[in-house]
Amino acid sequence: MTEALLEVNHLKTYFPITSGLFNRTVGHVKAVDDISITLKEGEAFGLVGESGSGKSTVGKTIVRLADKTSGEVKFKGIDLHQLSEKELRKLRPKLQLIFQDPYSSLNPRVRVGDAIGEALINHGLATKAEARELVLEVMDACGLSTYHYDRFPHEFSGGQRQRIGIARALVLNPDLIIADEPVSALDVSIQAQIINLFRKLQVSRGLTYLFISHDLSVVEHLCTRIGVMYLGTMMETASRDELFRNPLHPYTKALLSAVPVPIPKKKRKDQKERIVLSGDIPNPANPPSGCKFHTRCPFATDICREQLPVFRHAGGDHYIACHLA
Amino acid sequence: MASISGGAVELKRSQAVPVRSSLWRQAMLRLRKNKLAMSGLGFIIFMFLICFIGPLFSPYADGKIDTANMYSAPSWEHWLGTDLLGRDMMTRLLQAGRISLTVGFASMCISVLIGSILGAIAGYYRGIVDQVIMRVADLLLTIPSLPILFILGALLSEWKVPTEYRMYIVMLMLSFVGWPGLARLVRSQMLSVREREFMQAATVLGLDDRRKLFHHMLPNIIPLLIVVATLNIGGSILYESVLSFFGLGVMPPTPTWGNMIDSANNLIDFEQHPWLWIPPGAAIFTTVIAINIFGDGLRDVLDPKQKK
Ligand SMILES: Nc1ncnc2c1ncn2[C@@H]1O[C@H](COP(=O)(O)OP(=O)(O)OP(=O)(O)O)[C@@H](O)[C@H]1O
Ligand SMILES: [Mg+2]
Repeated sequence: MTEALLEVNHLKTYFPITSGLFNRTVGHVKAVDDISITLKEGEAFGLVGESGSGKSTVGKTIVRLADKTSGEVKFKGIDLHQLSEKELRKLRPKLQLIFQDPYSSLNPRVRVGDAIGEALINHGLATKAEARELVLEVMDACGLSTYHYDRFPHEFSGGQRQRIGIARALVLNPDLIIADEPVSALDVSIQAQIINLFRKLQVSRGLTYLFISHDLSVVEHLCTRIGVMYLGTMMETASRDELFRNPLHPYTKALLSAVPVPIPKKKRKDQKERIVLSGDIPNPANPPSGCKFHTRCPFATDICREQLPVFRHAGGDHYIACHLA
Repeated sequence: MASISGGAVELKRSQAVPVRSSLWRQAMLRLRKNKLAMSGLGFIIFMFLICFIGPLFSPYADGKIDTANMYSAPSWEHWLGTDLLGRDMMTRLLQAGRISLTVGFASMCISVLIGSILGAIAGYYRGIVDQVIMRVADLLLTIPSLPILFILGALLSEWKVPTEYRMYIVMLMLSFVGWPGLARLVRSQMLSVREREFMQAATVLGLDDRRKLFHHMLPNIIPLLIVVATLNIGGSILYESVLSFFGLGVMPPTPTWGNMIDSANNLIDFEQHPWLWIPPGAAIFTTVIAINIFGDGLRDVLDPKQKK
């Protein structure tokens, strides 16, 4: 078996909650609480979860914008959190993150062309003239025009900015792109354009994606494997077809039954009866005991309330953390 | 794939502005449209020009004492009258303006230099360096500026500092009370900019510290610094005139607007020789207002999101 491009093992990221005059730590927000992902070259993995479930924090911990609490992140077999700043900096072009918010992730005072090309020059990967060529090429691939090169971010719409963010990552010719809800800030027609762009680039450049979304229907089109997380914990991972055909975790079932069907009357083959989740996602600073999902699970039993389910193999490429399935 | 939403709008704008117009150029274009700010700027330039050039054309520029012409009212010979020593008030007013404007401008430059370097160091390195710099700044900020200036001014008189040097020392005094506010501003801006998401993006791109500091952080701080520095000139001119009015700043025979008013500091002069104090008072007032209006206009104009 070839080595995985990205290997995330039992990753945990806790943010301390401090209070009082001396900033005493009074607790932790368990934003990421046991996440494991294995990503092979050329694969596209979809990470799905509700708002606040810690998806962005997974992405940020992988690229070391946040410090891990425990677990490990291996990129091409290298533990990223063990590297020195200098070594990490050298590696960064190969590992790119596209930010969730296309507004705040672009510097308002840097021209778009410079923003896309500066890393090439800064890493000595291209001269100024070469960088300009590469930037124009990648802008074109992302559906931006040549005359956008000298513009400032405020002159662009949200969808265009998202393309700038994508171009900025792509120009470095990375091996892995972590895309943090790159379409959630956009309206539906533009969402489709951007998703298509991702798919086109996947084919033409053989990119590996970790694609984060709160929407199963978005990752369905792009990803070959999908992981469902809830309150910082991975609940179920499986190949896309397996997950849609045979979801095992009650949470996944609930999410799937909420995916809108194109033609409502014609029930989808794999459409299960609707499971409506009651209540809100609990506070990650004070997660429920046992299985984190038990407070909202229609099938919860005593064991769910008391024991943390282990993330176990459930046949084929299917993994699940549930006592019942 | 449909190319870009809003492409037509973009195109139209591209014809309106030159292709690689910098943010500064755009800001200057917007500034030119801001009539109030432009009139403020115009007045400031006018003030500088007449103060520095005007006295060259005055027959009274040597400031000779003319006992035959004491306290004469405004006339064709003396547009603003003469003072108690018979010196031409108009000429003295402009000469005083040279000193007042120079002190205001120079002390702003010094405090911006000290304040932004210390503030940038504190905000960039944080930790113990930050603690030391900011505690000193906080200490100075807790004491109101005027009392500090009064004490320093009194010390100068006590130490019998020669009057020709006092102007320079007043500049340093004003910088001394000016830098902590600027250091704090620059530091807090550094801290807030480094938390912005585009700085995280710069980290993910693997940009080095130099690039991050000079291309991402500083360009987001400098516009605000320019505005505050401009407003700071007005404040310095005011402080200088207050100090000089109380005889603690620049001393006669070196004229400043503040000590010119001081020389009319008695009831008889106040009532009977208004040409002694109204012109310098008006000069301070109008200059400071013009600077503040211009500073406010700059603030509006330097935000890149502003369209008009
Ligand atoms: N820097 C931080 N300090 C403290 N808490 C944080 C920090 N970043 C995130 N959190 C908390 O961690 C939890 C997960 O946040 P995260 O942004 O990862 O969620 P998300 O799944 O990306 O949500 P969304 O879909 O809304 O983007 C939230 O409760 C959030 O408040
Ligand atoms: Mg998020």
